Amino acid sequence: MADQKIKVATCSLGGCFGCHMSLLDIDEALIEVEKHVQFDRSPITDIKNISKCDLGLIEGGLCNEENVHVLKDFRENCKVLVAVGACAINGGLPAMRNGIDVQDCLKEVYQTGYNLTTDIIPDDPEIPRLQEKVQPLHELVKVDYFLPGCPPPAPAFLELITALLEGREPNIDYPHRRFD
Amino acid sequence: MENQTQAGLRRIAIEPISRVEGHGKITLLLDDEGHVKQARLHIVEFRGFEKFIEGRPYYELPLLVQRLCGICPVSHHLAAAKAIDQINGVKQLTPAALKLRQLLHWGQLLQSHALHFFHLASPDLLFGYDSDVSKRNIIGVLKEYPEIAVQGVKIRKFGQEVIRAVSGKRIHGIAALPGGMNQPLDREVYQYLTAEIDQIVEWSKDAVELARRLCLEDTELFNSFASTESPYMSLTDEKGGLEFYDGNLRVKNADGSILNDQFPNERYTDLIQEEAKSWSYMKFPFLRSIREAQGGDSGWYRVGPLARINNCDSISTPLAEHYRQDFMKIAGNPLAHQNLAFHWARMIEALHCAESIQKVLADPDLFSLDLVAKGNRQSSGIGIIEAPRGTLFHHYEVNDDDQVTMANLIVSTTSNNFAMNEAVCSAANQHIDGNEVTPGLLNLLEVAVRSYDPCLSCATHAIGKMPLHVEMLDSKGQLIHQLSKNSNGEFS
Ligand code: SF4
Repeated sequence: MADQKIKVATCSLGGCFGCHMSLLDIDEALIEVEKHVQFDRSPITDIKNISKCDLGLIEGGLCNEENVHVLKDFRENCKVLVAVGACAINGGLPAMRNGIDVQDCLKEVYQTGYNLTTDIIPDDPEIPRLQEKVQPLHELVKVDYFLPGCPPPAPAFLELITALLEGREPNIDYPHRRFD
Repeated sequence: MENQTQAGLRRIAIEPISRVEGHGKITLLLDDEGHVKQARLHIVEFRGFEKFIEGRPYYELPLLVQRLCGICPVSHHLAAAKAIDQINGVKQLTPAALKLRQLLHWGQLLQSHALHFFHLASPDLLFGYDSDVSKRNIIGVLKEYPEIAVQGVKIRKFGQEVIRAVSGKRIHGIAALPGGMNQPLDREVYQYLTAEIDQIVEWSKDAVELARRLCLEDTELFNSFASTESPYMSLTDEKGGLEFYDGNLRVKNADGSILNDQFPNERYTDLIQEEAKSWSYMKFPFLRSIREAQGGDSGWYRVGPLARINNCDSISTPLAEHYRQDFMKIAGNPLAHQNLAFHWARMIEALHCAESIQKVLADPDLFSLDLVAKGNRQSSGIGIIEAPRGTLFHHYEVNDDDQVTMANLIVSTTSNNFAMNEAVCSAANQHIDGNEVTPGLLNLLEVAVRSYDPCLSCATHAIGKMPLHVEMLDSKGQLIHQLSKNSNGEFS
């Protein structure tokens, strides 16, 4: 790996954090990565607003207005933006709700749902409105790379970061290009 | 107090809560003297799993629902598996399948507990709650306490490898079938596991000692911080011992007396019900018997490591049992209600998992091919297990075409929803009330939530996000003070 430090921000939109877990699955390599990478906004730090970064990793698709806002913020601030995992690339499992009217979905969960004593659908201004459909990232902003898998395996993350440090195109070998 | 824009109060928002899994925010309403009038934890995302899995074939469930959560996918995989066993009329798994599932679950608990303690919570405990934001993370721990951090990383790695050995993949693997498991243990990973396990048990013991030391370093803080008394719910085995995979429900009152014992899992709706509130996508479950007697918001309870250690009469492995007794002697009066005691209890459980894995790895059944049992098809199934964060309920009904017609999921963190709100209120009252609000004080509110290791990702069958921006408005809604954290973690 080269000597300079790159700044990396990560976030989860409508994802399950599995992609973030897979990034941590590089295990001890985290110690080496630490020497070359400075983490900016990420669920693993207490930095809550993104600043200019070399690399932005986003898991999860766009489920609500808040997600849209965060994605735009990441695009503005990241030189290279990567859609990480099935949810970011095509909406993934949460997009299974796209065939259903979002109000029906809320109704089922909060009104007609099993063993419930209230019929309140949460709508406080403190919680973000849902998107009608779950969307992949590239429908809203330009995405530079797609890292496939549910989640992409740890070596794929390592290759991506290493390639960026070495200033070359990433090359994920076949066993680590996953589509499950 | 249902409206946060209510006249006369100042609003403070902490958003996003970091070093937790998933997305949430905290809001505070203060009066002109700075007294806390309301403190809330909001869960800001929604995914609607219960609706969109309707119509899917039931045998897909373990694979679908584990995508609720990448941190504890195994918990959802197994809770769904237990439910679909019942749908297949299977009452008893083959010994090999049961041991593989238990092993998988212990691996999961071990990695999740290590992740929470070392990667997410330890920066608060090691550096202090108001320490420099730029180092208050796992990378900071790696630099200043490399030995502790590396052990944490390796314990988590080991747990993840256990999962891979059983399910083929560390995250979202494929293991459970209706009535059993799809393959025996992977022999190659097994070599690694047997070579490492003694060391992992040793390190897990160190982790309990560390958590114990950090808790007791400041006993006053330990005993007072965001403490709140509540009933506790968990599974226990038939003798009342600690149990994660099987068993029946036990509820203890705050004073340590038993409210329900060996409560049959299939009657869980007689025990708890849920309500929703307008300001959170996460529901609020409560104990019916207490609510019926006392009304109001009563009946909330807690689940998770603290609940399990408080509830059980014993632990089947010697080291963990030793530390359980020590813990109850020091922290329990008669139960341990301290917020920070969650961390200590969590590490005792991690040690128990390491010891249990050590024991089961010697069992030749792990390589048996007798993996699937059969039974008579039923129309519903209820799978309840103890996930890392507490009791997890999966309930499904299916039609004759094998399609899911009803799904009810109560994930662990949901059961702690009331309690986390209480913790935020109590920390706010203790530390914010009447004071000038500083970043360090605000982190304390996050610390109170973090103890619960909330998986907000699971909790809404959804997921959220968060930057920190705090606004204070005066009685007329005018901005009088604002604090923002920039991406270097500096406040302005
Ligand atoms: S791609 Fe898979 S692992 Fe990643 S966030 Fe989506 S469901 Fe989770």
